[in-house]
Amino acid sequence: MLTVENIHKTYATADGPFAVLRGISLGLSAGETLALTGESGSGKSTLLHIIGGLDTADQGRVLLDDTDIAALDDDGRAAIRRGSIGVVFQQFNLIPSLKIVDNIAFQARLAGRYDPAWAATLAERMGLTSQLNKYPEQLSGGQQQRVAIARTLAPKPRLVLADEPTGNLDEETAAIVMDLILELIRETQAGLLMVTHSQALAARMQRRVHLRAGQIA
Amino acid sequence: MTRATLHALLSHWWRSPLQLFTLLAGLALATALWSGVQAVNAEARASYRAASTTLGEGSYDRLARRDGQPIDLTTYVALRRAGWLVSPVITGRMNDVRIIGVEPLTAPGSMGVAEMAQGADIAGFIAGQGQLFGSADVAARLPDFDVIISENAAPNTAVTDIAVAQRILGRPDEIDSLVVAPVQPIRQDDLAQVAPDLIRQRAQQTTDTAQLTDSFHLNLTAFGLLSFAVGIFIVNGAIGLAFEQRRPVIRTLRALGVPLRRLMLLMAAELMIFAVIAGALGVLLGYMIAALLLPDVAATLRGLYGADVSGTLQLRPSWWASGLAIALGGTAVAATGALWKLAKMPLLAAAQKRALAMAAGRRAAAQAMIATLLLTVCVILCVTAQGLIAGFALLACLLIGAALALPFILDRALAFASRGARSVVTQWFWADTRQQLPGLSLALMALLLAMAANVGVSTMVSSFRTTFTGFLEQRLTSELYVDTADPAQATAFVAYATPLVDAVLPIMFSQTTIADQPTEIYGTRDHATYRDNWQMLSAAPDLWDTTFAGETILLNEQLARRGGLSVGDYVTVQGREMAIAGIYGDYGNPIGQAIIAEALFKEMYPEITPDRFGLRIAPERVPDFIAVLSAQTDISAAQTINQAGIKALSLAIFERTFTVTTALNILTLAVAGFAILMSLLTLAAMRVPQLAPAWAMGMTRAQLGRLELLRAVLLAMLTAVVALPLGLALAWALLSVVNVAAFGWKLPMYLFPMDYARLGVFALLAAALAALWPARRLARTPPADLLKVFSNER
Amino acid sequence: MNVKALILCALPFMAHAQGFAGLGTEVEGFSVPQPNPIFTFPTDHGPHNDYRIEWWYLTANLAGADGTDYGLQWTLFRSALAPEEGAGWTAPQLWMGHAAVTTPDAHYVSERLGRGGIGQAGVTADPFVAWIDDWELSGDWNTLAMSASGADFAYDMDLTAQGPLVFHGDAGFSVKSAEGQASYYYSQPYFDVAGVLALPTGDVPVTGSAWLDREWSSQPLGENQTGWDWFSLSFSDGAKLMGFRLQQTDGAHFTAATWIAADGATTAMEDGAFIAVPLDENAQGVPVRWQVTLPAHDVDVTVTAINDNAWMTTSVPYWEGPVRVTGSHQGRGYLEMTGYE
Repeated sequence: MLTVENIHKTYATADGPFAVLRGISLGLSAGETLALTGESGSGKSTLLHIIGGLDTADQGRVLLDDTDIAALDDDGRAAIRRGSIGVVFQQFNLIPSLKIVDNIAFQARLAGRYDPAWAATLAERMGLTSQLNKYPEQLSGGQQQRVAIARTLAPKPRLVLADEPTGNLDEETAAIVMDLILELIRETQAGLLMVTHSQALAARMQRRVHLRAGQIA
Repeated sequence: MTRATLHALLSHWWRSPLQLFTLLAGLALATALWSGVQAVNAEARASYRAASTTLGEGSYDRLARRDGQPIDLTTYVALRRAGWLVSPVITGRMNDVRIIGVEPLTAPGSMGVAEMAQGADIAGFIAGQGQLFGSADVAARLPDFDVIISENAAPNTAVTDIAVAQRILGRPDEIDSLVVAPVQPIRQDDLAQVAPDLIRQRAQQTTDTAQLTDSFHLNLTAFGLLSFAVGIFIVNGAIGLAFEQRRPVIRTLRALGVPLRRLMLLMAAELMIFAVIAGALGVLLGYMIAALLLPDVAATLRGLYGADVSGTLQLRPSWWASGLAIALGGTAVAATGALWKLAKMPLLAAAQKRALAMAAGRRAAAQAMIATLLLTVCVILCVTAQGLIAGFALLACLLIGAALALPFILDRALAFASRGARSVVTQWFWADTRQQLPGLSLALMALLLAMAANVGVSTMVSSFRTTFTGFLEQRLTSELYVDTADPAQATAFVAYATPLVDAVLPIMFSQTTIADQPTEIYGTRDHATYRDNWQMLSAAPDLWDTTFAGETILLNEQLARRGGLSVGDYVTVQGREMAIAGIYGDYGNPIGQAIIAEALFKEMYPEITPDRFGLRIAPERVPDFIAVLSAQTDISAAQTINQAGIKALSLAIFERTFTVTTALNILTLAVAGFAILMSLLTLAAMRVPQLAPAWAMGMTRAQLGRLELLRAVLLAMLTAVVALPLGLALAWALLSVVNVAAFGWKLPMYLFPMDYARLGVFALLAAALAALWPARRLARTPPADLLKVFSNER
Repeated sequence: MNVKALILCALPFMAHAQGFAGLGTEVEGFSVPQPNPIFTFPTDHGPHNDYRIEWWYLTANLAGADGTDYGLQWTLFRSALAPEEGAGWTAPQLWMGHAAVTTPDAHYVSERLGRGGIGQAGVTADPFVAWIDDWELSGDWNTLAMSASGADFAYDMDLTAQGPLVFHGDAGFSVKSAEGQASYYYSQPYFDVAGVLALPTGDVPVTGSAWLDREWSSQPLGENQTGWDWFSLSFSDGAKLMGFRLQQTDGAHFTAATWIAADGATTAMEDGAFIAVPLDENAQGVPVRWQVTLPAHDVDVTVTAINDNAWMTTSVPYWEGPVRVTGSHQGRGYLEMTGYE
């Protein structure tokens, strides 16, 4: 389903060009879960952003089924982002002015695939049923993260990208949230690519890729 | 997708109604200020124009009975049969409406009658069926008459056929005066033969008042421009903030897959809808402001013209158009920049803080550069500017340049102040104030412009008033003026009056050309009236002695400027070379004027005998003298002018001008105060993270609140310090560049320190009031919110 | 004929609203000319207040001592708002005077407006006086005195009739359109004139001949008629020709003419007998040279304006000026053209 071929990415910094990614290739099939680990600055977030169409590569291809995301223009990548890929951000990135119920429904509505029953199921499974009419600022960090996950899963994306989804949570909450993600991924048969520092989390993935200095170690 | 996105975008405003309010209110206020000033200006002009077209009679000579009695029909017909192209007029009042009866077939063209009658039933107008032409308010006041609403009608005035007027005024066959057409046939009988009881009254010298009114309008126009500038700053600020606050949401929406272009379009549409709503509110608000101010403006013009000017305001479609155009245009200009910035904004938030700081630094540098450039142009224009366009360009460069330079100046001032700071708290205070400067700079610029406008305009108006009062004293020194009908009457009058009054000063002049400029040259008698009262702009020693000896000449400022002449230069008058001994201010006169000795004038123009006289007499004797004069001679009271009346009227006019200006001043300040309030409120939320450490380190919330208030007042004070010289420069430009370009004379500038002090207090008060609420809110921020800063921050 | 004077209706205000076409509209209450009129003089030299419009229209071809050609016009129009005389300001009779002097290189115009009922303007039949303001035409029709003045000219003339009155159309009943619109119309074309023109260049004693038209009606134009070209020509052999061409909105023309033989015998010419074709236009687009033919009387002449720019800058502007006649006949005359503004 997902094929990443020979991705290169270089940033300009004050100290000259810095090669973040130096020829990354990997693949992921439907229903498969993959942990992306590595030191800070090893390039794992950048890789995730490139796959998610949030950033562009200098070189290489990102094939989602037969579509080369790297070759799309801005509008094309936006279409992939709202239609096929779901991203769970480390910072949640909820829309503060929308109620929880609307935040959960938001991306599905963007994609034109809003299914109230499924959204309700997600809310229930995430334990958010009593919070639906609140605003994000009234929720704790863990609750907000669960809203972000529900929002990502509501349109049933083919590929879920998660950047430290439990990085802001305590260990116990993180474990519960992770259980939920994996459970739902299994049900929707989406692919999951997760960036994490946590060895424990990485261990729960089917596969694991370790990045070191922009290359797969 | 569009619905979901729009929902997300709009939900922001429902969650933050205060922001929505500030945005709409900012836009509405800017529009209101603009359209209010425009409305006052436009209405005043429209009223004046209508008055002058309908009442065009004033610009023609007239024949009237010496005894002020009505003229009979026979006299009118006899004059027509003798080749006199005259047209009868009767005036009167009914239900407080001025009724003017005219004879449309013989009325001179610009009396505007034919124009009114166009397309109407002329038979109805002329055949005594009773049609009247007037504005809508006239129609309302004369319900029993067939009033045809005419756009061009003067306010409070109905024009009708003379037959109709005679009937409804109950004065059959009576005529008040005969308007003399400017062009007469080459042969006609002598007036004295045909109608010995009529005298010819010269057309009103309307130029004086027209110039005054124009100057007054220019004053208002300048104010309109300034208010527009203030408004644009506010709109820009409001929109910039609206975008700034939603920056993270925009990023999220894009990350979730909303295409950039769609997002831009939706946001633009959203803003335009707001602009239309706010613009409409603004126009209504402006209308209300104008309606409140208009009575004063109307009173001013009524004073100037002695004619009726509508005291009520019509909400003209053109204001809707221009008001909405300003709101939409201002929004578009402001939004274009903001949208452009959004489009360029990287999707990923990483490393943004530093980039933003760098961008802000670059922007500040660019602003300082542009400011320097504009102020340089401004200095160049000060020296070279000629003409109205250059004058206004100078104003624009000055204002925008100064506004852009303000943040830099304030930053330097704060940096300087912080150096002297001893305690930790003061150090923190100065540093924090500097840090807050960029967020407040737009509001402070608005305050700067508002204050400068106030200083500038009030200086101009006050200088105008002071100058004019002096000028009136100088020109209307004689207590009484008398117009005689013919040389015989003049001679008789001089013989009669000389033993009864302190002095009889003949006023005689001729049209001539000096230094290629059309000039009225006056022959003046040697009298203390002139020596004591006339003030020269520049003068040679002994100017009166040499001038009254017939050796030198005095010129007015207009003539000297246009002819490039100064004291000591020579001009040729009637083939005679004369040195210029003095140049005097002559405000409100469009053409050149020169003064020479009476004897020399008589030598040059032996055919001219004086028919106008100024009389020096104790002011309290004037009424009695007029009574005795009209009883004992054939000179009627109508031929005399009591100058005390003129002077009082003129002074009253400037009092009213002043009232309007003061009202507008307060308004602009209020708007600037609102801009500060808005900025502080918006900043308050962002301030929490900045203030939390200070709180954590032991400062109380009340202390922080007080410091916030102090900060606002301090910034306003610094702005005021910059605004004062800017306002004075503005006044100088208005008086010495714009007025010269527009009218050919320069107004001396006077300073009014007390006014400025009062204005400064007002400005500080406005800033303090604006800061009070945000400061109180800050002082009451729950400790939990402050704590969040530490817990929730990454 | 002087259809020209229909301008009367076109007093300044009305012209804007209706234009010349307004002359073709019917107005109720006014009398309408009937065939076989019987005229009574001097009564009929005076006003006919029950008709809507009327005029006293004099044009003169003059020459100075040095042979310079001059043209002169003195016209008084009456226009009634109602078919009655009335007195005082509310009288429904309105008056308009036009006076002009044309030299080979200048054209002086003056216009006066006034209302009847107050003595400013009017006409009395016996004694005959027609006046507006200081302008006057008075006398017994054998001799007349005439004066007018403007901002830049004035004149005083004495006129002496050298022949009888001439009646146009059917004994003074002059048909103006195929639909039958008509007016009463007679002329005194036999005036000798002598007098003085006061011009900006100085006083000029002149002599010559004049043609005085009298016409009244209530609806003289057909609804589709928009203007006219009118000729009064005096030939050197003593014959005279009055002819006019009415312009119609469909581009066609209605013409009529009166042939006045040297012995004074008149012949009314039917529509189409009189032919006038424009040859040259002036800068303004007004034809100032015409080919005029009346085959029935072997007339084939070129009519040329003495001054191309004889434009009357009056409330309703038109062209009116002296002309020179060459071709089968020689002579002088006057030309009037309306509907060209």
